[in-house]
Amino acid sequence: MAFRKDKAPAELELSGEQAIFNKETEGLSQGQIVFRRFVRHKAAMTSVFVLASLVVIVFTALGNKIGPWTIPGWWKYGYEDLLELRMEGCPEGIVGCPTLDVVPSFIDGTGVGLGMHPFGQDDIGHDYFAMVMRGAQRSLYVAFVIGALAGAIGITVGAIAGYFRGWVDSVLMRITDFIITIPSIIIGSVVGYHFGNLGVGFLAFYLGLFAWTGLSRLVRGEFLKLRELEFVDAARVAGASNRRIIFKHILPNAVGVIIVSITLLMSGAILLETALSFLGFGVVAPDVSLGSLISQFQDSFTTRPWLFWWPGLLIITIALSINFIGDGLRDAFDPRQRRRLTKKDKATAKVQARNAAANV
Amino acid sequence: MFAYISRRLGVLFVILFGSSFILYNLAAISGDVLEELRLSREPNAQQQIIALTRDLQLDVPPPLRYFLWLRGILGIFIGNPDFGLTRTQQPVIEQILLALPATIRLVTAATIIAILLGITIGIVTALRQYSRFDYAMTFISFLLFSLPIFWVAVLLKEYLAIQFNNFLGEPTIALPWLIGLSVASGVFWSAIISGTRARVLQIFGGAFVLNFAFLWFLSVTEWFANPSIGPVGIALLSVGVAFGVTQLSTGISNKAALKSSLSMAAIAVALYYPVQWLFEQDGKMIIYPLMIITLFVVAGVVPLKFTKIDRGPIIRTSMISAFIMGLLLVIDQLMQTWKPYMESDAVYFRPIPTVGQVNALLEPGDFWMSLLDALVHMFLPTLALLLISFAGYVRFSRGTLLEVLNQDYIRTARAKGLTERTVIMRHAFRNTMIPLTTIMVVDFASIIGGAIITERIFGWIGMGTLFNQAITSYDLNLLMGVFLLTGFLAVTANLVADLLYSALDPRIRAGSGGK
Repeated sequence: MAFRKDKAPAELELSGEQAIFNKETEGLSQGQIVFRRFVRHKAAMTSVFVLASLVVIVFTALGNKIGPWTIPGWWKYGYEDLLELRMEGCPEGIVGCPTLDVVPSFIDGTGVGLGMHPFGQDDIGHDYFAMVMRGAQRSLYVAFVIGALAGAIGITVGAIAGYFRGWVDSVLMRITDFIITIPSIIIGSVVGYHFGNLGVGFLAFYLGLFAWTGLSRLVRGEFLKLRELEFVDAARVAGASNRRIIFKHILPNAVGVIIVSITLLMSGAILLETALSFLGFGVVAPDVSLGSLISQFQDSFTTRPWLFWWPGLLIITIALSINFIGDGLRDAFDPRQRRRLTKKDKATAKVQARNAAANV
Repeated sequence: MFAYISRRLGVLFVILFGSSFILYNLAAISGDVLEELRLSREPNAQQQIIALTRDLQLDVPPPLRYFLWLRGILGIFIGNPDFGLTRTQQPVIEQILLALPATIRLVTAATIIAILLGITIGIVTALRQYSRFDYAMTFISFLLFSLPIFWVAVLLKEYLAIQFNNFLGEPTIALPWLIGLSVASGVFWSAIISGTRARVLQIFGGAFVLNFAFLWFLSVTEWFANPSIGPVGIALLSVGVAFGVTQLSTGISNKAALKSSLSMAAIAVALYYPVQWLFEQDGKMIIYPLMIITLFVVAGVVPLKFTKIDRGPIIRTSMISAFIMGLLLVIDQLMQTWKPYMESDAVYFRPIPTVGQVNALLEPGDFWMSLLDALVHMFLPTLALLLISFAGYVRFSRGTLLEVLNQDYIRTARAKGLTERTVIMRHAFRNTMIPLTTIMVVDFASIIGGAIITERIFGWIGMGTLFNQAITSYDLNLLMGVFLLTGFLAVTANLVADLLYSALDPRIRAGSGGK
């Protein structure tokens, strides 16, 4: 209680706007404040919802083999099933058109429904919905693996370099410089073209091995800044080991920068993987990726545009929602970031101030 | 300073050495140049293998062969560099020199336009933070960030090229389009110049009517079939440019600056017909640099008549105005070339091409014709690159300007009673440009290697194409040549960016951080 009283005069001096923000964060932990700010970011919350439902739909659509067991998917066809090309209902001279119907029955007489092949069929009869789902699986998988791997390497290298400084820092940063000089699309193409047949896991792995450089520089800068602060000295005097200081004291304070930069890394990874696959240096047949689908069907755009539209729309949806989540996280973690005060906020604050004055 | 630069240059070469070593060996172990020949059943396959092994020194293991390659490169210090031979026994350096101009042309145009547009829009969004325009531009730039370039490029080819060509063949704007474009313009302007609801509606209405009338006029007079600005247009635009540039550069209250800009406009109009004649004098390329020099000399001399003191800003204003007016004259000339270009057999009313760098069927010789042809071929790939890189500039300049506007010196400037124009243009904008400059330099270097996909889709033969070819044919020397150039540009750009930063911002000293 005494603590409260000491603080009161200082609070009174703050301008009205500041008081509103202080009121909102009173008695909350750092994590709670960040979480509240994030939840308020509408675009980011929408994106979380979109991305989560997309991940669920995409990964449950097709059957997955885990070891000896097979988990069946909810979609009836696999991406490798060769089916008969459907012709009824399509315009003259075109086969395998999409059956997705989103117009309700009171407008055109047919109800909303998926039909046989909602996204149509490719030129030899594969179900395109299954192919796109498979492609999206691969792309999401690559993005997550790159995010995790590059995140782990980048944080470790950056933390060690920033914390220990001296020759360790020099050596690690020179290695980072070596890798940063080689554009990732070049390294991706060189390795991808020759080892692409080793599968998507390998592709994600080696892209992750080269994608951490930006993050490690960022983490290093953050560590250089934080290690000079008093709480680190306090921990050191109290006898904490280097490992404990790094993981328990400094890392939690740098987590905002890290999370934001990993999200952006992942949206970049999706675009990189699809670009490599488009060039033919990424995921190769018989497996499919969103990029390779676009590359394969770019010439059939004029006659069967759906083969081109769906994978592109999926890439954009995924990358856009990851970007918006990153933006929301950045706003949430930034202590200087303030939302715009609405008229309602100001009115409530005024009422509260008047009540407070009346009570005194 | 000298010590700092030389130390940085030393580090630069070590880095290039290290990364080229990594890439060389990665590329060498990932593929076999001779594989195709070994499997081939041609009778002379064996001889080809022997010849290739000898020319590319394939009998030496890759880590050692790297040093043979390096020895050739290091010849650059004694004026005799050797980049090695490609698979097809041609010197790598020749291939690169052939491909480089195309890439530079493509990248320069896209980068410059992206910078100009991106910074302008970024600054407007920062000044109108939390407005509808700000939210809309934030969404658009995030959308552009998330677009795969290969997808956009195909869309541009299919829709923009084909539909736009159809339109240009029959250049009248249909009513729905007319209304749609006018609504878009109304929304755009009312979003930028925000205010009370009544004012927003007024602006919307004004922009809608003006835009509708203007486009309708252009459509009815078939302006698109035979476009030109004409002397009247040049006069109106030049006066507009004079006022606009003066307002941004020194403030409209500076009468000397306004007068000198307006006299530049008068000169531009007076010179309209003589310049037309000069432009027609074909084949004398010496005329163009002379014209540019004259332009700047005149722009430098005219202001001296109006003022004795504080000449710098006024000369700057008139030079910027003169430059834009000169550009208008060039655009006018290009527009006049449009009709003959459209009617020539090589083009025949389908002006926007989807692939290639030049129209091979077009008769060479006419300067304006070939310039227009080159520009038209650049249109789609530049647009694709522009869409991708523009978003970054919007976000970055918005963020930097917002940060700068929170600084104490901005508050001081406002407290002194400076006009809002001076605060924004002189105090805020200049400080925003410091970090932006360094970003631009690095961006320009990285995009040279990054036009790989764009070049492939639009069938340009540039660095990206060489790179593709190098990878698919296991051509080590070619790959390393391309990499050496892009890598060198990337590390030098970083150095230049650091030096620029310390030159622009006196608080930062290059080299003071070193031990």
